[in-house]
Amino acid sequence: MNMRASDFIDVGSLDDVPVRGSRVLRAPGGDIALFKSAEGDIFALRDECPHKKGPLSQGIVHGRSVTCPLHNWIIDLESGQAMGADHGCTNVIAVRVENGRILLDARALAAQAA
Amino acid sequence: MTEKLVVIGNGMAAGRVLDHLFEQAPGRYAVTVFGAEPRVNYNRILLSPVLSGEKTFDDIVTHDHAWYAAHGVDLRAGVTVTAIDRAAKTVTDTTGTVTPYDKLLVATGSSPFIIPVPGANLPGVVTYRDLDDVNAMLAAAEKGGSAVVIGGGLLGLEAAAGLAMRGMKVSVVHLMPTLMERQLDAAAGYLLQGAMEARGVEVFTKANTKAIVEEDGRAVGVLLEDGRTLAADLVVMAVGIRPNAGLAKAAGLNVNRGLVVDDEMRTNDGDVFAVGECVEHRGQCYGLVAPLFEMAKVVAARLTDDPAPRYEGSFLSTKLKVTGVDLFSAGDFADGPDRDEIVLRDAARKIYKRLVLKDDQLIGAVMYGDTADGPYFFELVKSGEDVSDIRDTLIFGRSFAGAGAGDPNAAVAGLPDSAEICGCNGVCKGAIVGAIQAKGLTDVNGVRAHTKASASCGSCTGLVEQVLALTLGEGFQKADVEPMCGCTDLGHDDVRRLIVAKELKTIPQVMQELEWKTSCGCAKCRPALNYYLLCDWPGEYQDDSQSRFINERVHANIQKDGTYSVVPRMWGGMTSPSELRAIADVADKFAIPAVKVTGGQRIDLLGVKKEDLPAVWADLNAAGMVSGHAYAKGLRTVKTCVGTDWCRFGTQDSTGLGIKIEKFMWGSWTPAKLKLAVSGCPRNCAEATCKDVGVICVESGYEVHFAGAAGLHVRQTDLLCKVATEEECMEHIAALTQLYREQGRYLERMYKWAKRVGLDTIRAQIVDDAARRRALFDRFVLSQSTAQIDPWAERVAGKEAHEFNPLKLSLAEAAE
Repeated sequence: MNMRASDFIDVGSLDDVPVRGSRVLRAPGGDIALFKSAEGDIFALRDECPHKKGPLSQGIVHGRSVTCPLHNWIIDLESGQAMGADHGCTNVIAVRVENGRILLDARALAAQAA
Repeated sequence: MTEKLVVIGNGMAAGRVLDHLFEQAPGRYAVTVFGAEPRVNYNRILLSPVLSGEKTFDDIVTHDHAWYAAHGVDLRAGVTVTAIDRAAKTVTDTTGTVTPYDKLLVATGSSPFIIPVPGANLPGVVTYRDLDDVNAMLAAAEKGGSAVVIGGGLLGLEAAAGLAMRGMKVSVVHLMPTLMERQLDAAAGYLLQGAMEARGVEVFTKANTKAIVEEDGRAVGVLLEDGRTLAADLVVMAVGIRPNAGLAKAAGLNVNRGLVVDDEMRTNDGDVFAVGECVEHRGQCYGLVAPLFEMAKVVAARLTDDPAPRYEGSFLSTKLKVTGVDLFSAGDFADGPDRDEIVLRDAARKIYKRLVLKDDQLIGAVMYGDTADGPYFFELVKSGEDVSDIRDTLIFGRSFAGAGAGDPNAAVAGLPDSAEICGCNGVCKGAIVGAIQAKGLTDVNGVRAHTKASASCGSCTGLVEQVLALTLGEGFQKADVEPMCGCTDLGHDDVRRLIVAKELKTIPQVMQELEWKTSCGCAKCRPALNYYLLCDWPGEYQDDSQSRFINERVHANIQKDGTYSVVPRMWGGMTSPSELRAIADVADKFAIPAVKVTGGQRIDLLGVKKEDLPAVWADLNAAGMVSGHAYAKGLRTVKTCVGTDWCRFGTQDSTGLGIKIEKFMWGSWTPAKLKLAVSGCPRNCAEATCKDVGVICVESGYEVHFAGAAGLHVRQTDLLCKVATEEECMEHIAALTQLYREQGRYLERMYKWAKRVGLDTIRAQIVDDAARRRALFDRFVLSQSTAQIDPWAERVAGKEAHEFNPLKLSLAEAAE
């Protein structure tokens, strides 16, 4: 697995992720949750709540955050940090959008897999 | 010695006199009240919201029986006074009883004017004055069909809007070229007509009624002077009122158009006072509530020997109580050579404001669409202040002319103490501030109790809140309602009310119109709003899957490891070998790790992978099974026992009834989960008495129980009613469910809702009021007409496919 630091991998089309919703990306290192905000911004996080590993992809997306379906922790999509009184952090994977395609930071993906 | 006060009439004016009297001189008078209507005192001006369904009669009662009892008032409800003997100082009533008085108060009100055309007295023609009229209209509206309202004034339009909201096809026939011409100028009348038409009300102006058309002894239409006939199952006459002064006239009191009173509200007999719509004061008769209340203050003062207050006539301002139509007018706004006008129009936002000036004074104002500055302009009209200095910006209102714009309290902060806040009750800002400070008031309810401000039509509630905020500063906690969530200050009940009232039909619209503080809500408010819209606009609202909790979005229950559980419906808990075989095959085929019998008499398949869900459902569908909605804030199960089919104690076919109920009610969404059960005898093997709704069969019929719980809280059900047939049983259950659907706050279980609104209140609406029950039942049926689609079959067919198909990134791609 030779990778350059700048590598970004095409994982799908913008249209694959519903607005104010999410899509699961099956990746070698475990599921990644792709989110799209109401404004159309894309975020990628490890699909695991820092609390009890709930699948964040199954939560309700609001603003630039998602509420975990298991115990209602609210995770900031930009930082991966739990908001409010809760403490914890989920890995964030850098995203680029080019020509309607979603590109993820390959090095971060590899780190997941490692 | 206690003096005897007899009051003839039990309307708003009389009620208000007594309020003042008991406050100022409790115990001074022994009071007898005659009311022609067989009920307690209520707020007549709120009949329109009762007609439209936004309020119930209980909501508008001002004095209940306890109030009369507490003040020792002898209330003769339903008894009419037939004669006054001024020499003997007695009144005689329909029962022949003679009642003596020291002081007499005539408050006989007014009667609707019936236009003298052929057919005016036919069945099917009603007026709009009291609760009986409203009930007659509601009974007609129940059957649907069309209504013609004769009269395009305040009352007529409120009646028309109410009937339209009740589902009737409504036309308004109005003699003049524009609506409400006495309160509005032509431009505002035109905007109003557009707003009425947008509500589905057809408006015919310059239309003179020639006759009511008869068929089989009842009204079936209205014939106009120009030959057109409008079909009508109901005709409402709302063309005006005339004072009821006949009784007074027969007693030799001075009567012109109304019973003549002086500035002390005294008739030509020093011991006889009069108040309200029956009086004529300085040649003027009034039909709005504000002058009545001003008169009431004077009467009460006179009865308690306070010589100061005098009644010197009223400036009038008008608001229309049709939800979503904002209009305001005050003063004199006719054109004239000596008058100037300032007009502001915003066509796109349907805003129109017109100020009429004479000699540098504001003498009239008409506003449509944005009426926030109504009290400010009304104040300027009353004070007669010179407005030449602020004339340039006057039309933009107080916040522009004075205090800093942008401050939400600015408009009220700028008002003088004498400015009227509550038009209905004539309460000025100073009086409210004084009461807040003197009595230590902290909320709107307190202000209502002590000053009556916002206690009548309620449209000034926002202003009262602003006065509270200004007076208390940081100490003011707006209302005691808990906001839905951090995205809004509104509570669930307000949001629900406004969704209906403002006809808000999408989540973005709700957030825009109700000024949500976040761009797209949160995980608390979005599912709630989605439910409210689904409930209030059945068949019309498009469910927003992104505002559903995961379980309802994918129609399965998420488990702690991210897998799902699947529960097919088993009607009434009955299953069959073929269904069981299919379930067993599915469990094998998809290596489902756990199969469990649930408490709701069905089978749970646990540990299904999300991607497998559509295939699992396809196999279950193929065996005739549909979603059991075990994940839904909606109808879950109807548990049954075997009843007369097998049981030696069974009294009715409990299994059959349970299946019927489940087949009728499945697919309905409710504020929280809804679990039912039917037991075939009082031994109650189906455990019906801890369900949201439970039926206990007995020899003579069916006991319907409700508001039970067996979860975090355990609560035994209460009896709703006992009925004789399965049909009645289903009707009561559906009506109860619909009431809960319409009133429940999202995630509020039925027993909590019942505790909040009161078991008796619910029984009164479902059991005692057959018309209400039927209307609720019909709305439930309407909602079900678009609700019973198996969500599993839809997803097997490809709906929301992205949910079940993850994107994939292979190791090879990652490594490339």
